[in-house]
Amino acid sequence: MTDAKFYEQTWDLQYKHALGETTSRFLEGLTQQKIWGRRTTDGRVLVPARSYDDQTHMPTGEWVEVGNSGTIEMFTIVYEPFKGLPVPPYALVYVLLEGADTALVGYLKGLDLKNQKDAIAALGIGTKVYVHFSKTPVGSAADYWFELSK
Amino acid sequence: MTLDNVGIIGFGQSKFVKTRIDVTFPELVREGATMALENAGISIDDVDAVVYPLAPDALIGVGNGERWVIDALGAVGKPFMRVNNGGATGMSAVLTAWTHIASGLFDVVLVAGADRVSESSSAQSVLNKMWDVGYERPVPLNTITMLALSAQRYMHLYDSDETDMAMVSVKNRYHASLNPNAHLQSTVTIEEVLASRTLAWPIKLMDACPASTGAAGLVLVSERYAKKNGLKPAWIRGLGQNSETYWMGNRVGPKAMGDHADADALAVAFQRAYDQAGITNPREQVDVAEIYAPFSSVELHVIEAAGIADKGKSPAALANGDYTLGGNGVTVNPSGGTQCTNPIAVTGLIRVGEAANQVLGLAGAHQVKGARVAIASAIGGDHQFYSTMVICSDLEEI
Repeated sequence: MTDAKFYEQTWDLQYKHALGETTSRFLEGLTQQKIWGRRTTDGRVLVPARSYDDQTHMPTGEWVEVGNSGTIEMFTIVYEPFKGLPVPPYALVYVLLEGADTALVGYLKGLDLKNQKDAIAALGIGTKVYVHFSKTPVGSAADYWFELSK
Repeated sequence: MTLDNVGIIGFGQSKFVKTRIDVTFPELVREGATMALENAGISIDDVDAVVYPLAPDALIGVGNGERWVIDALGAVGKPFMRVNNGGATGMSAVLTAWTHIASGLFDVVLVAGADRVSESSSAQSVLNKMWDVGYERPVPLNTITMLALSAQRYMHLYDSDETDMAMVSVKNRYHASLNPNAHLQSTVTIEEVLASRTLAWPIKLMDACPASTGAAGLVLVSERYAKKNGLKPAWIRGLGQNSETYWMGNRVGPKAMGDHADADALAVAFQRAYDQAGITNPREQVDVAEIYAPFSSVELHVIEAAGIADKGKSPAALANGDYTLGGNGVTVNPSGGTQCTNPIAVTGLIRVGEAANQVLGLAGAHQVKGARVAIASAIGGDHQFYSTMVICSDLEEI
C-alpha cells in the first residue's frame, strides 16, 4: 500500500462582533462595579441583561441593578487541558445574584483547586459567593469573576 | 391532514474506530450510503431524495461540507438537503426524511453521512464557539463542562453520586462489547471508572464518549412502496421534537421553565411521540431504548425524561439490575450507545437504526429478546434541541 498522505491546515478567522445596546450597557456597568439585569413583562429579572425574554418572546423593559453577592446554582472544576482553552485547573460557576432570577456564569477564583477532593467539598449549590471586579476593566465579560464569601 | 406511514427498510453502519486513513471524508460518507442501500436491497436509482446530516463544518475542516459529499451520496440529479442540529443532527435528518415521505412527496429517501471527529485536535475549541460572544465566551465552556454542570446539579438534587454514573458506564461498555460496530468494546468496572482521570468534575474519562470515526445510513420508504415491493420495514410510529433556551443560567432558580439537572424539554418531546404512537405507559409498552447520552450522567436523566423512571430514581433501578441486557424492564442502549460510539453527525441516525434493528430482530449479540417497540432520542446544542421516536415492528395497536 502507498504511504498515507495527509493535508494539514489551521483556520485563522477574524471577527469583530457588534454587541448591541443592551449587552454594551451591561458590560459598561462592569467597569463601574455594577451588575445590571432587565425586567421581563412578567416581572422576572434576567441577568446578564438581555433585551428579550426566552419564556415569553417579549421585549424586556426596566434596567434593574442586582446585588454583588449570591449563591452557586451549579459548578464544575476542569482538570483536563483542551486545545485553545485555558490551562487547567479552573472552576466555573453559575451564580444567582440577589435580586436576579437567572444565573450569571463566571470563573470561581481564589480557591486552591489542586486537591480535587478539598476543592469540591468547598463548593456546593447554595454556597455564598460575591462578584469580584477587575481593577483594570476593559469592558468585557472578563471584567468580573466570583470568589467565596468570607 | 392524513400522513402516510413511513418505514425503515435499510440500516448500514461501519465499524467505528478512532481514525481511518484509508479513505477521504467523502469516501467514508459513500460507505454509509452504500451500506444502507445494500442493506435495503435497492440501488441509488430507486432513491427519490437524499438528506445529509452534518454538524459544525469546523469539525471536519471543510466549509459547507454538503458540497464535498454530494457525489459520494449519489445525490446528483436528486432533491437534497443538509441538516444540522448539533448532537441531534443524525435524528433530525431522519425526521426530515420522514416528513419528505409522510407528506406524500417521496416514496424512498436515503439518509447517510459520516464523521471523523479525531481529525481535529481542536474539537472542544470548536464547540466552545457555541456560546454567546458578549456574555459567555470569556469563560471556557465546552460540551463537557456544560454537562458536568448538569451532572453536578443532578447529584445535588437527587442525592446521587459518582458511583451512579459509573454504573451507567459499566452497563454501556458491557453492551458495546457485544456490538461489533461499537468504538469502545472493552468492559470496565465501577472501580476503574471511578479511578479514571477527571475531565470536568464530576465527569471522568470513563464517563465520557470517544471521538469516533465511521459512517452510517438509513433508507426510509412509504407504506405504499413497502406494500408494492413486499417489504417488512420497522415502522416509525411516533415522533417528537422540542427545544430549550440558549441560556444555561435560565435553567436554574425557582422561576426556570426547566432545570439543567433534568431534561424537561426532552420529556415533552417524548410525550409528543408517545401520544402519536398510542403509548400511555412506557415502562410496560416499550421493550428497548436507544437514547442519546454522550456521558454517563446524561443517560440517568434521559431515562427519566423518557418516563422509564421517576425523576432521580434511575440510579436505584440501575443498581437493581434494570436497563441491562437480560435484566428487568426496558433495556437501555443495548448497542452501548453514544457513550461508546460518537461519530457526531450520524450518532442520532444510529440510535434510529439500532432501534429498527431491535424491533426487526436483527441486532445480533445485543438483541433484546422479542423486542417489538423501541424508542430513540437525540440531543443537540447545549441540551437544547431534542428529537424522539417510537419504532415498532408492525402497524398494529401498541
